[in-house]
Amino acid sequence: MSLPSCLRSGIERRALGAGLLAVALLRPARAERPGLREAVLGFTGGAEPAEGGVTLDIPPLVENGNTVPVTIAVESPMTEEAHVRRIALFNERNPQPHVVTARLGPRAGRARLSTRMRLATSQRLVAVAEMSDGSFRSANADVIVTLAACVES
Amino acid sequence: MRRLLPLLLLLGAVAEARESGFALMSPETQAMQRDDDANPAMLWVEEGRALWESAGCSGCHGDVAGMRGVAARYPAFDAAGGGPVDLAGRIAQCQEARQHRMPFARESGEALALAALVGLQSRGMPISPPEDPRLAPALARGEALYRERRGQLDLSCGQCHDENAGRRLAGSPIPEAHPTGYPLYRLEWQGMGSLQRRLRNCMTGVRSEPYAYGAPEYVAIELFLMRRAAGMALETPAVRP
Amino acid sequence: MARVLINLPRTARRGEVVEIRTLIQHVMETGYRPGADGVVAPRDIITGFTCVYNNEEVFAAELAPAIAANPFLSFSLVAAESGILAFTWTGDNGFEQTETRSLTVT
Ligand code: HEC
Ligand code: HEC
Repeated sequence: MSLPSCLRSGIERRALGAGLLAVALLRPARAERPGLREAVLGFTGGAEPAEGGVTLDIPPLVENGNTVPVTIAVESPMTEEAHVRRIALFNERNPQPHVVTARLGPRAGRARLSTRMRLATSQRLVAVAEMSDGSFRSANADVIVTLAACVES
Repeated sequence: MRRLLPLLLLLGAVAEARESGFALMSPETQAMQRDDDANPAMLWVEEGRALWESAGCSGCHGDVAGMRGVAARYPAFDAAGGGPVDLAGRIAQCQEARQHRMPFARESGEALALAALVGLQSRGMPISPPEDPRLAPALARGEALYRERRGQLDLSCGQCHDENAGRRLAGSPIPEAHPTGYPLYRLEWQGMGSLQRRLRNCMTGVRSEPYAYGAPEYVAIELFLMRRAAGMALETPAVRP
Repeated sequence: MARVLINLPRTARRGEVVEIRTLIQHVMETGYRPGADGVVAPRDIITGFTCVYNNEEVFAAELAPAIAANPFLSFSLVAAESGILAFTWTGDNGFEQTETRSLTVT
């Protein structure tokens, strides 16, 4: 007998609970999946982004992966001389690494973008900003996705 | 199977006062509901506003603001049908009997849009089921359906929503099943749905056969749930995970 | 026409940074999801968004299938002069929709 969706997700969730611990313990040494890294390097033209100056705000524990609010903010005066040109967001375990790329400039006033995304499963996200001097900065976040109970079948 | 459930219900606080499912949501999802500019359900309300004119509702009813309080007292007794009719059913009746056209199908974007618009007019008002003795048989039936064990899991609505409300079914907190926010935007659906769609989900969740949309069983359960939630504030259009 | 919600102030002081929030009704079908019949539903998403302020682009975005249904975007701009903001969404199957709003700068 196949398990009803309510119960099946329960079992998966318990596995996730253990996963949460594992992620917490392993986080510093965790290697990113190749698809994610390639996507980031594709965006930067091969340059290694410097960490810092970027905030990636996403709930660490998500109750439904269909609609997850995410905000990216980059420290920048947003003047003609010094501003953010592009902001991109990538994920590790959706079918495609790309989530969104924004193009902006001094007329935006603030280097900040909010949207809502899908997360197929628990995974790492990386936000990268391209600065007007050609440098790149990044931030990452790990997200745990719990599954909804009693979904439509 | 009956033994399995307690294993999955991790101990949590058991709520004493009645509490909307809103209270159990993450701060992010709560914020989505609180802010009309961020609430995707408001897209359906916008559509409802357009339909209110284009589908001819305004011709008889005038400004939709006149619908204030209406959603709070449905399902109501329908003399023609001799039983309760829910808000979606009442709107369909207007289209069928008064406008002589095919009503928008239940769960269609249009039907949900109009119900959301009408529901919004009562947002914040207390749920006030009509004190109509003619509703008594349907109310009793609704309660019986709520208490009846069903499906392969052999569970009643009350076993989850009364006996285990506030606890967790695996990862999801079990709400008290108050119908305060419908129609609403459910993240799981990535769209809008009615209370009947929600009930369907709970029925298939225990592996029981759901009723067809509009079935009198659903309306009877809706009636019972609204009675059970009497006095609680309407949240339409809400957001749920 | 897809329903759209755009939130921005009607008036702003010159130089003020205003926040804009947009929502558009769209399924954002990923192209990876099998339907009830087991056949994968073809991709149908919004792929692009622009905000043009008096004929100058101030913000643009490229969207992938990982953006949630009924896409929400929030960003900001500097209120420079009174004028028209044009919001355009483009996507698969020839989807294109433009909405305009006026902004009065004092
Ligand atoms: C030809 C006139 C007419 C049109 C058109 C019409 N209605 Fe009605 N509607 C009525 C009448 C008459 C009633 C019964 C009023 C009463 O019982 O107080 C009613 C009742 C209702 C009620 C229940 C009100 C209550 O107080 O219980 C709702 C909700 C409603 N209509 C919605 C709609 C919607 C939505 C549309 C557009 C699709 C619509 N109506 C179109 C005439 C109309
Ligand atoms: C196995 C436990 C279980 C059973 C049995 C069950 N439900 Fe639910 N119900 C849930 C859970 C869990 C949710 C919360 C949503 C989710 O994550 O699936 C829910 C949500 C709801 C809601 C939505 C409340 C809100 O805040 O919008 C209603 C209404 C509801 N159920 C009614 C019923 C009715 C009526 C029945 C019986 C036909 C029933 N449920 C049977 C577990 C159950």
